[in-house]
Amino acid sequence: MKNIEVPALARVEGEGGLFIGLQDGKAVEIRLDIYEPPRFFEGFLTGRFLQEVPDITARICGICPVAYQMSSAFALENALGIKIHPQVRALRRLMYCGEYIESHALHIYMLQAPDLLGKESALELAAVAPDVVKNALRLKKIGNQLLKTIGGRSVHPVSVCIGGFYRWADKAKLQALLPDLEWGLQAALDTLKWSVTLPYPDLEIDYEFVALHHADEYAVIEGEILSSKGISLSTAEYESRYLEKHVRHSNALHGYTVDGGTYLVGPLARLNLNHEQLLPIARKAMEEANIQLPLKNPYKSLIARAVELVQAYEEAIELVKNYSPEGTSAVELKLKAGEGTGATEAPRGLLYHRYQIDDGGLVQFAKITPPTAQNLPRIEADLFELAPKIVSLPEAEATLTAEHLVRAYDPCISCATHFLKLKVEEK
Amino acid sequence: MNPRKPSIAVYKFSSCDGCQLSLLNMEDELLDLAEAVDIAYFLEATRAARPGPYDIAIVEGSITTEHEVERIKEVRRDAKILIALGTCATSGGVQALRNFADHKVYASKVYEHPEFLHYLPTSTPIAEHVAVDLELWGCPVNKRQVLEIITALLNNRRPNLPQYSVCLECKRSGTVCVLVDKGIPCMGPATQAGCGAICPSNGRGCYGCFGPAKSTNVDSLVHILRNAERMPGETERLFRGISGNAPAFQMAAESFISKEKK
Repeated sequence: MKNIEVPALARVEGEGGLFIGLQDGKAVEIRLDIYEPPRFFEGFLTGRFLQEVPDITARICGICPVAYQMSSAFALENALGIKIHPQVRALRRLMYCGEYIESHALHIYMLQAPDLLGKESALELAAVAPDVVKNALRLKKIGNQLLKTIGGRSVHPVSVCIGGFYRWADKAKLQALLPDLEWGLQAALDTLKWSVTLPYPDLEIDYEFVALHHADEYAVIEGEILSSKGISLSTAEYESRYLEKHVRHSNALHGYTVDGGTYLVGPLARLNLNHEQLLPIARKAMEEANIQLPLKNPYKSLIARAVELVQAYEEAIELVKNYSPEGTSAVELKLKAGEGTGATEAPRGLLYHRYQIDDGGLVQFAKITPPTAQNLPRIEADLFELAPKIVSLPEAEATLTAEHLVRAYDPCISCATHFLKLKVEEK
Repeated sequence: MNPRKPSIAVYKFSSCDGCQLSLLNMEDELLDLAEAVDIAYFLEATRAARPGPYDIAIVEGSITTEHEVERIKEVRRDAKILIALGTCATSGGVQALRNFADHKVYASKVYEHPEFLHYLPTSTPIAEHVAVDLELWGCPVNKRQVLEIITALLNNRRPNLPQYSVCLECKRSGTVCVLVDKGIPCMGPATQAGCGAICPSNGRGCYGCFGPAKSTNVDSLVHILRNAERMPGETERLFRGISGNAPAFQMAAESFISKEKK
């Protein structure tokens, strides 16, 4: 077979291409070309007042803006030594549930499932299975409604501030969503049952999984940074082990561990490390679906997303029922110079921020490490392992299998491109 | 009646994907829309891609590389109607903040070897490069407005988009003015309506993500905001925001700086 080449990847966030150079049935060159241009967020964050940061970092990604707002807010609150109100924490978790729901429903049904069902898109799928797609759209819509109720709109919501929220979300409006959320929980359970029946390509990888971990909850907004190698670090210690390397002939910073290893962040890592913290319905559903952990097949991250979709609906229902705002929605800020780190679990994986601010609250330094930048070396390494399995397939099928692998990661290319990668061929 | 469905192509330039996502977020309308039009090219949604020409091109994002300068010309050649979707496409977006700074400093903050990067020193709107038939502002765009544009084009009528400022949306929804009542700096008086005044209704000031409203007195707003400042530089930073490269906001920020220097 000739080389495998996909000039423009479809059904991923952002713009990228894929090239696999083959020789004697082996991959000799793998290139995940990300031609999404850099936008220099860390550059123009410098000099901004800290309260403007969540509005700016949201613009890194239209699919996971809440993740960016949350990591920024926690990092800057950490720099000021602020302790947020427990109801603020609960409302942030609820908001994050909204993002998981819309992002995971989008990825499961509209981005990845068409590959497993032999379709080009969910729209094409709708022609043969209209109810599946209609339910998928409703599942996604409920996540967006939750975001809109808390944040004013689902893409780049406006309610999160450093110290809390600009205003408490309306309790009655949130409770009015309960019937939809209950429907969504059932539909998510059906999604999970269906997800284990899909024909995933065979591929098992011995990953190092890295995710936030919290003893008392399925970690999304807070926790230690845990590796499947047993290494646990605080958020402030993240950079002591997880580095970004500027590779020669590549414009991307690649995530590596301090000893040069690759690692995986995202739904597979979270589920494998944190399944004991799942809520009862999600945990039972996972057992009933006979899902054996650890899941090591990257294509099966769809199953992990389906478990998390159940978890997000279950958690959202619990949080809405217990929502009881009182007092001011934001702590008053006492400005001082300092440094703070924040890490939360974006739907695609661990998202780390670090800021330095001066005594007037102006940002002096910003560092943002998105999940996709951490996963890029891992995607390439997976493609190397996949290549020998697909060389004997017809070209179209081989190409699709490789493309599907990249899509299964749910790469967020817009996010990763302040770590732009443009490999130059060196022969 | 022409039985052929109009073809639509959706493109992404430098952006966050959020405006394209507004198409996929039309959960109630998406399947009907896919019936009414022929989605011929939309990489975020489908692998199937048919070559142009297309009836309608919807473009998200701004122009920030030489490659994009060339690509947008091809998009224009292939389309009868070109719609610039969202504030990146209509003004250059948040990444246009580099236009007012030394981009080399920015690049060196992020990259060890900035000399490897390929980018233009500025981020510019689509209309600076090719003729644009219709601009829809918003960061992100309001999906109702996207639907209005597409419906209007399908029915051969002019889209009904508000020309007034965010202030009117506050008045209509009964939201008390945050600037008058609480002294919170708000760009609402100079910003185009369309978002539903979500920032004031969340108890905060508008930060202008729908761009400048037509025929508003920006100078007067600058004067008012300076008096409401809670910290030095607040007004300038407000105008140097998401829509900072829009000429009216750019002029406001610049007039402000020159006043400071006097």
